[in-house]
Amino acid sequence: MKILTGNDLKTGAVIWWTGVGWSLDVNESADVGDHGAALVAREEGAQNAVAAYVIDGEKTAEGIRPAHIKERIRALGPTVRLDLTLKPSDPAAADWVI
Amino acid sequence: MYKYDEYDQQMVDTRVAEFRDQVRRRLAGDLTEDQFKPLRLQNGLYLQLHAYMLRVAVPYGTLNSAQMTLLGDIADKYDRGYGHFTTRQNIQYNWIKLEDTPDILAELAKVEMHAIQTSGNCIRNISSDQFAGAAADEIVDPRPYAELLRQWSSFHPEFLVLPRKFKIAVIASEKDRAAMRLHDIGIKMVRNDAGEIGAQFYAGGGMGRTPMIAPLIRDFVPLDQLITFSEACLRVYNRYGRRDNKYKARIKILVHELGRDEYVRQVEEEFAHLLTQPIEPPLAELERIKAHFTGPDFDAGAADDLDLTDPDFRLWVERNTHAHKQAGYVIATVSLKPVGGIPGDATADQIRLMAKLAKDYSFDELRVTHAQNIVFPHVRKADLYTVWQALDEAGLATANLDTVGDIIACPGLDYCSLANARSIPVAQKISERFGSAQRQAEIGELKLKISGCINACGHHHAGHIGILGVDKKGLENYQLLFGGSEGADTSLAKIIGPGFTEDGVVDAIEKATEVYLANKQGEERFLDTYRRIGMDPFKEAIYG
Repeated sequence: MKILTGNDLKTGAVIWWTGVGWSLDVNESADVGDHGAALVAREEGAQNAVAAYVIDGEKTAEGIRPAHIKERIRALGPTVRLDLTLKPSDPAAADWVI
Repeated sequence: MYKYDEYDQQMVDTRVAEFRDQVRRRLAGDLTEDQFKPLRLQNGLYLQLHAYMLRVAVPYGTLNSAQMTLLGDIADKYDRGYGHFTTRQNIQYNWIKLEDTPDILAELAKVEMHAIQTSGNCIRNISSDQFAGAAADEIVDPRPYAELLRQWSSFHPEFLVLPRKFKIAVIASEKDRAAMRLHDIGIKMVRNDAGEIGAQFYAGGGMGRTPMIAPLIRDFVPLDQLITFSEACLRVYNRYGRRDNKYKARIKILVHELGRDEYVRQVEEEFAHLLTQPIEPPLAELERIKAHFTGPDFDAGAADDLDLTDPDFRLWVERNTHAHKQAGYVIATVSLKPVGGIPGDATADQIRLMAKLAKDYSFDELRVTHAQNIVFPHVRKADLYTVWQALDEAGLATANLDTVGDIIACPGLDYCSLANARSIPVAQKISERFGSAQRQAEIGELKLKISGCINACGHHHAGHIGILGVDKKGLENYQLLFGGSEGADTSLAKIIGPGFTEDGVVDAIEKATEVYLANKQGEERFLDTYRRIGMDPFKEAIYG
């Protein structure tokens, strides 16, 4: 699947396109198919995202997984500071990243 | 230390106001990201892997306690409770919000700090010896010259759009503690046969994907020509440095391709021309700056002995303190490398504690080192145990300076959008593997440096052992390098062979230390033994 990601203009937070808006959770990502470039132009133009781009991902039983390690780390947060990730209390939160 | 005059303050305040307006226009949609990006970068604001990152300049690594306290407060108020001290003697915050940035810069300006020229193709923060003004072996305090260069290079209209970024270091002792020859320009303050102080210039050094050691380009530049000669070096680079290929745009490539002699010829020609122009500030300006660096009012009768009956304190003193030029005082280095910790990170509370200790026990001064540690430059020996106890209570008394645990590591793929592999977890595993004080003492000095990509922010080329993280078909892979050094005996490390997994590289380092210990003669460091016996015994042990 093709996933659209970027950063929030005000906070810089990593965000994922859900099909109707943006989420902090990669698992809410939508498959943008061939519409990535048009969405990037529209969403950046509307200031809803900064530095947006399309990446490869995979829908698994456990959730949506970006194909490349860099994007998986973006989805999680720093692997060395799990207290700063989206689910800091989940000890298994990083198991799928590396 | 240097205190802003009205011009310095006005320049910084004006820049804050300007950036505040630029941020307002960006948030209002009046500026696109393409228009805004160069503006935010000029103010040290990057968009990194997880969020905006703000890099704050610490000129030549010197801070007072009010500045350090504010750095801690910013970590609490605007970030996530910690900051990261960098190999350029700066501090970075990893979780900054765009809308907060003007307020942060305004608070920094109140304590004479900023983030100007911490990014972009300009002259970056000028680095120096972290022991400046305190070291027993320096011929002068290098910081007044670094400050003069800072003033010259700040907003210099001709050098704001160089072919590539430009880094300068200034030292004033034989023992190079600032990796001087691995800079675009390295300046060593020296004394000539007539007893006059001047500057020795090296140009064309650097790390990155094409590491080079800067050759000497001039033996002695008189103090009243320091800026003029610097300007000549920059002008030749600005004129002929490549702008068509960012990977060949640093001055090291120009010096290498022209050849050292031709570069020198062109610099001397430009220098001769510039001497006819009135660009050199009067020596009175240097004297004005020097007056800010006269040094503290030391207690001439301070006791010169230390009670070392506490074994943990003794170990820390042996490992983390250095001789001071003033009897009765020492230079104390706080390692930001606890066993299993993140190199260079400090919590807001730790930052404020170090500020308070500096105020109480180090004449209000601290230094950031390029090895990502903090220095109290002037501690009375009589106060040292008290300082150590306070550090120990805050988890800041790790006795591992310059040992295998004192690892330089870039933020790597955990934070950096340029990285190909993570650096920090590797540093943590090595630090844990070699965590015992006994093991570190046995191995002695071993400078280990890790970069998460070829840009070499973790100085892997200059490590006695260097590690370079690469992306191998989507997997992290680590190349091992031996034989680098950043000191007076600067050398570039060489790759020993095929790369390793994260755990594999830790095992390989263990094997390398075993080879060293088996072959060590006398007081040899790892580097000395490697240089004497060569790479083969290490490769044999590691690759079988």
